[in-house]
Amino acid sequence: MTLKEVPLQTEVKSAKRIKVSSLAKTRKRSDYFWAYLMIAPTMLGLFIFYLWPIVQNFYFSFTEWGAFGQYEWTGLDNYKRLLEDATLLQAFKNTSIYIIFTVPIGIFLSIIVAVLLNQNIKGKSIYRTLYFLPVITMPAAIAMVWKWLYNADYGMFNYLLSLVGIEGPQWVSDPKIALYSIIAVAIWSGIGYNMVIFLSGLQGIPKMYYEAAEIDGAGPVTVFFKITLPLLSPVIFFVSIMSLIGAFQVFDLIFMMIGKSSTALESTQSIVYLFYQHAFVLNDKGYAAAIAVLLLAVILIITAIQMVLQKKWVHYD
Amino acid sequence: MKKWIIMLLTVVLGVIGLSGCSDSDTASGGDKDGKVEITYGFWDKKQVPAIEEIIKLFNEKYPDIQVKTEITPYGQYFQKLETAATGGALPDVLWMNGAHVVQYAKGKVILPLSEMAEKDNYSLDNYPESLIDLYTVDGNIYGIPKDYDTTGLWYNKKIFDEAGVAYPDETWDWEKLKEAAKQLNDQEKGIWGYAALMGNQGGYYDFIWQNGGYIISEDGKSAGFDKPEAIEALEYNVSFIKEGLSPTQAQMTETAASELFSSGKIAMMFDGPWMVPEYKKNPDLDVAVVPQGKKRAVSIHGLSNVISSNTKHKEEAWKFVQFLGSKEAAEVFAKTGTVIPAFNGTQDAWKESVPNLNLQAFIDGAEYSVPLPSVENTGEIWQYETDVLKKAWSEEISIEEAAEELTKKANEALSK
Repeated sequence: MTLKEVPLQTEVKSAKRIKVSSLAKTRKRSDYFWAYLMIAPTMLGLFIFYLWPIVQNFYFSFTEWGAFGQYEWTGLDNYKRLLEDATLLQAFKNTSIYIIFTVPIGIFLSIIVAVLLNQNIKGKSIYRTLYFLPVITMPAAIAMVWKWLYNADYGMFNYLLSLVGIEGPQWVSDPKIALYSIIAVAIWSGIGYNMVIFLSGLQGIPKMYYEAAEIDGAGPVTVFFKITLPLLSPVIFFVSIMSLIGAFQVFDLIFMMIGKSSTALESTQSIVYLFYQHAFVLNDKGYAAAIAVLLLAVILIITAIQMVLQKKWVHYD
Repeated sequence: MKKWIIMLLTVVLGVIGLSGCSDSDTASGGDKDGKVEITYGFWDKKQVPAIEEIIKLFNEKYPDIQVKTEITPYGQYFQKLETAATGGALPDVLWMNGAHVVQYAKGKVILPLSEMAEKDNYSLDNYPESLIDLYTVDGNIYGIPKDYDTTGLWYNKKIFDEAGVAYPDETWDWEKLKEAAKQLNDQEKGIWGYAALMGNQGGYYDFIWQNGGYIISEDGKSAGFDKPEAIEALEYNVSFIKEGLSPTQAQMTETAASELFSSGKIAMMFDGPWMVPEYKKNPDLDVAVVPQGKKRAVSIHGLSNVISSNTKHKEEAWKFVQFLGSKEAAEVFAKTGTVIPAFNGTQDAWKESVPNLNLQAFIDGAEYSVPLPSVENTGEIWQYETDVLKKAWSEEISIEEAAEELTKKANEALSK
């Protein structure tokens, strides 16, 4: 900001040009100093707890671990193992299915909910609260409640189905449907968070566009597709990037809802679950680190692709 | 000037806040007012009342040693220990099980106790020999036994009475178990005759030993899951599910078998004495010795108290471990009925703590019991057992295939 202001000032006060500019310089330097000082605690935290572990993780992905922190350098061994690991491939497949369903459906549903709750309807703050409740609830608690709802013997879903004479499936134990049961919970618990972001996006759209559309006699559907959606596209872009990264890292729902000896574990475990399994259960930390590096690479590539593609559909006014 | 000070304070406090959290964990108590604080790590919440009482008794003797308890659920216990051990932040005294003791002893994160025991004339003859063996690594004892557990055949008397089947006793064998399961099975009422659990202790290990097989060879270099005796035993286990006499593996993951059993949906199942506090609430339930196969066998396992090598208060920790292994402490455990105390001669008190259950069955089992195998990679092998055997239990692959795959993985782990 000061970069643009300084020359202007100096031009106006050309008589004292040199003096002012040198003053501005010292002023600038001290501004930056304070700015850096103020963000220093956060930066330090970021470095110690985020950046340094990433560097360490990268280093450890070239090592093999024994018990209690002993490790030795093994070069590319872990990465070679990655290529041959059928379980990892399955985990990628599971994670992909999870992403394909949760991200688009989640975004679609939360836009619908946000648009509806942006209207003038009775008790809209109650609805907004209800939709947002899952976001502030512990994921573990959500998983436990849903696990109970899904229980094949005592669960509510199968009880309701039995009332109409249908024998319900084993929602979280049947390998064929367990992943979709988890996806349903993920979508349900994610709507509220995205909804709030979309709501703020919707409220940022100037009213005059809608007034103009009304004068032109546009119906609500046309208004939605011609005005709301294009003007909401930066927000959609932001939400899709964030939910994609989040979906790649799905762990807690699977960990809580699928038991360790469950028959459905193979068909539901995600990449991060596999990472956890290797790092903390099998004490295979080197290999786990390699999985994490691979995951980072995949997320980076996909985010980069999204960044490039956004030019085609995101409108910044 | 004022601004300066405020800013500096902000930064300094921020940095201290960050580093502060790592500091407090490692130092386990100072010597303020002459008192020493040691930490005691364990996993079973059900034992808290007994442990608190023992600490109280301990403090009567040693008022200057304070004990702080740290409970971590079993699911995370060893993961937390592994990380804590790496960072040198283990509790001073902690619970150890047979699956991990070799790894921890060889990793030098827990202290050998033989020397100290000798110096203090601390006798190890007070405990069952199999438990002392379990915690002896390379000729040195690492843990003082705390309790032990065998397996019993739990059954529901009401279901037996309704089906007109005689209660199980020591004459039962595999055939009789199968026959009874068939008689007790009642699909219409939703009652299963037996729960074929996929668990090693109180499950397939017992059957494999009863059939003359072994889990890990004497030299600790190979696994025996693919031997004919083991395959036959595993097949016997799964046959209950195949014949519809037991809930399927999927059903048992939906609702734990112990829950189905205590709610009267299962007539018989194997389970340990650690379920006594739970099962004693239902007056229909009782327990007998496990049926025999070609021979009598049941797995035995017990926990022990160990001292971490990063402790700053070795003397105090040793005093506490000695007290935990004493007759006095064992009697507290016996009285509360939580576990079978390891101290010889205190088991009767435990048995009498719940007189309406035939707890003698667990004590009888100790005579022909086989200790759970313990090698450096036991934890890893357990994980492979779950991964592979569940596919056989859910009839996704055959027993032979599972046995072969499991043996291969276990052998790889053993050769590390």
